Amino acid sequence: MAEETRSVSAEGSTGGGERSSGERSSTERSGGGGDRGGSRGPRPGGPGGGREGGRKYFRRKKVCKFCVEKIDAIDYKDYRLLGQFVSLESGKIVPRRLTGVCTPHQRRLSTAIKLARNIALLPFSGRAS
Amino acid sequence: MNRTYELMFIVRPDMPEEEQQKLISTLDSVVTSSGGSIHKVDVMGKRRLAYVVRKFHDGVYVLLTIEGNGGLVHELERRLRVTEQVIKFITVRIDEAQKRLDKIKKLREAKRKAVPAAPVPAEAGGETAPVTA
Repeated sequence: MAEETRSVSAEGSTGGGERSSGERSSTERSGGGGDRGGSRGPRPGGPGGGREGGRKYFRRKKVCKFCVEKIDAIDYKDYRLLGQFVSLESGKIVPRRLTGVCTPHQRRLSTAIKLARNIALLPFSGRAS
Repeated sequence: MNRTYELMFIVRPDMPEEEQQKLISTLDSVVTSSGGSIHKVDVMGKRRLAYVVRKFHDGVYVLLTIEGNGGLVHELERRLRVTEQVIKFITVRIDEAQKRLDKIKKLREAKRKAVPAAPVPAEAGGETAPVTA
């Protein structure tokens, strides 16, 4: 008996949490912030990836790649790593809200990307030739 | 005051190997004559450039790790600028970043020693919370 109620209450609470987050995202979309949402983890981004209509989908919690994998040094020479945070089409730095990178790491990341651009490891604009 | 720098430069892809070595050894002599030292020389090899630099699509990347003062860096950059074969270079100071990394490493090791006994109270919290709700 006690166990049943416990499990039910636990389920209810988690379900409510999901629903509320879904509602929030839908209101955002109607408000014009269409770029948000989408299950973007730390995968290499191009812009405008996460536009999945009003469909029900499971949004993964975004996590900072550098915190999770414990990458301390964001080196400008590591163009493979940096390339994941630069848009494929235009070579722009992908914003935090899409990649989930935390603020201190995004700061280091952006300076590293700028250094890498300077030494022709990454393009200033467009695809790497 | 001596600091650690990384000096990365790109030479033209058609530059012969022995000339690269000659260039590196002249830079070496410049560094040692002004009281610095070269820690590492790394010829990273030919790579496609992300954009066209002086009409070149490829370049040979060379990375030097040096220790010295600001005047030395100034002199090295001047030399690279007048060297025709060098198409691009960048100098990055790395000693402070290295210091930061060492600090983080030390902290992490200290934490690893203090880890056991952490995951027990989380379970107890999970048990009690639904009952009160």
